Amino acid sequence: MLEKQVKNIILDIIATVAPDAELSGLKGDVRLRDQLDMDSMDFLDIVMELRKRYKVEVPKEDYQQLATLDSCVSYLSPHLQAALASA
Amino acid sequence: MHYDVVIIGASMSGLAAGIRLAQFDKRVCVVERHYAYGGLNSYYKLDGREFDVGLHAVTNYVPPGDRLAPLNKLLRQLRLSREDFDLRPQRVSEVRFPDRRLRFNNTVDELVDSVVTLFPRDGERFRHLLSDIQAYDDIRQEHPYQSTRKALADRLTEPVLIEMLLCPVMYYGCANEGDMDFTQFVTMFKAIFLQGLARPWGGVRTILKALVRRYRACGGKLQMNCGVEGIEIEDDRVSALTLSGGTTMTADVVLSSAGYFETMRLCSRPSSEPESEKPGRVSFVESIAVLDERPSDLGHDATVVFYNDADTFDYRVPEGFIDARSGVVCCPGNYETCDKSGSHLFRATWLASYRHWAALNSDTYTAAKRSCEEQLVCLGDRYIPDFGDHVEFVDTFTPCTIERFTGRINGAVYGAPKKKLDGKTHLKNLYLCGTDQGFVGIIGSIISGISMANQYCLRDP
Repeated sequence: MLEKQVKNIILDIIATVAPDAELSGLKGDVRLRDQLDMDSMDFLDIVMELRKRYKVEVPKEDYQQLATLDSCVSYLSPHLQAALASA
Repeated sequence: MHYDVVIIGASMSGLAAGIRLAQFDKRVCVVERHYAYGGLNSYYKLDGREFDVGLHAVTNYVPPGDRLAPLNKLLRQLRLSREDFDLRPQRVSEVRFPDRRLRFNNTVDELVDSVVTLFPRDGERFRHLLSDIQAYDDIRQEHPYQSTRKALADRLTEPVLIEMLLCPVMYYGCANEGDMDFTQFVTMFKAIFLQGLARPWGGVRTILKALVRRYRACGGKLQMNCGVEGIEIEDDRVSALTLSGGTTMTADVVLSSAGYFETMRLCSRPSSEPESEKPGRVSFVESIAVLDERPSDLGHDATVVFYNDADTFDYRVPEGFIDARSGVVCCPGNYETCDKSGSHLFRATWLASYRHWAALNSDTYTAAKRSCEEQLVCLGDRYIPDFGDHVEFVDTFTPCTIERFTGRINGAVYGAPKKKLDGKTHLKNLYLCGTDQGFVGIIGSIISGISMANQYCLRDP
């Protein structure tokens, strides 16, 4: 349940920061950078949206945890769980 | 009043930086000395008509799809749509030298065909040059200075071809005289020839209004008629900004789009600059004619013409008011479509000397402008028969006009020759954005504002 919720949160954020990206058929285990032609500016926006919407801070050394959709879900689930619970 | 970030100048770069910050809930204020926003890319009204300053063309035009192209990247970063900029591509542009016309449009094939036809001996070499340029990483990688003239001479054998390639690239973004850095040449070459030229349907105001609308919608504050008179310093930081009217403002970070030397002039303790660094000198005069018909109905259908009346191209500040032996002619009506205010215009731009214009009094200044307008008619006759009979209205702006409205020393449109790519100054919380940080042109300025805001105000230190 939580996993699905977190995945939707991430997809929703990607759709906001990259409305021109094709999100259907996105593979969970392939780097987002390669599937969506995203660059460091786009990743900055994902991090900023997480902070803005859920007060989740992703430190710079953890950016690599956001490489794929799957890794986003496993890295962010504990952080978002707390945020969702307090919401 | 205290802000997270104060931005000096409601320019393209200042507004773009402002959007980035306001979008992520930073308390941000853009202060602008004038009643009009835009800085080096602005517009004015005269005789009930609207005229653009600066913008002949938006370079870097690409269709949707290429997500990493600068245009699409900046729209994404600012959360604007392509409709907001409403760009209309060019039809065809030309580089006109004696007996030779190089034609190009927004497909690179047209340029290649034209080069091969004019310079068959260099056709293959030109294709190699193109693939070198395509593969050259001008954005992420740092390169030492390399002379473009030498880099091109190493790759091509036809001297006139080299001059014809330099001509549009230098006119559309070179702050140096005579030669330019090859990395900067590559950036501009890609922007003009590999991507392309376009114009917002309503001219520069379409883009400016989209930026201001978005900035305000994100909650950003914009203070017009509010000049920064002084940057106060404590230790190695900006402690406060003194504004016109005597009020002060404080901020954690200050981003200045006023120009490097122009910003230093405001500092209560400027940086000790080495002698070698000087403000830019490259400036222009533009004379604009409003015609009674569209240029294309009078037989002239090129969007932009870069002309040069000799086989060598000498890009430098002239020893007189203007140098009309070379220049740029832009007809906004020759983009795919265009609003009413642009459709009948014929704009001519020449290199000009600020020193000469600044020495005039009001009578001689007006006379010098009239003389440019006579040059405009002579030039127009080359493209449109009996050009003078079609002119309904004419206006001219000079390096002094540019200086007055932008505060740029010498009216230097492309800023200082030496760019501060990292945007840093001698103060820890003062950064540059815009022309003196790096890229020029509309897309370049916007990208500059975005990247400086990202780097110094959004990313973790």
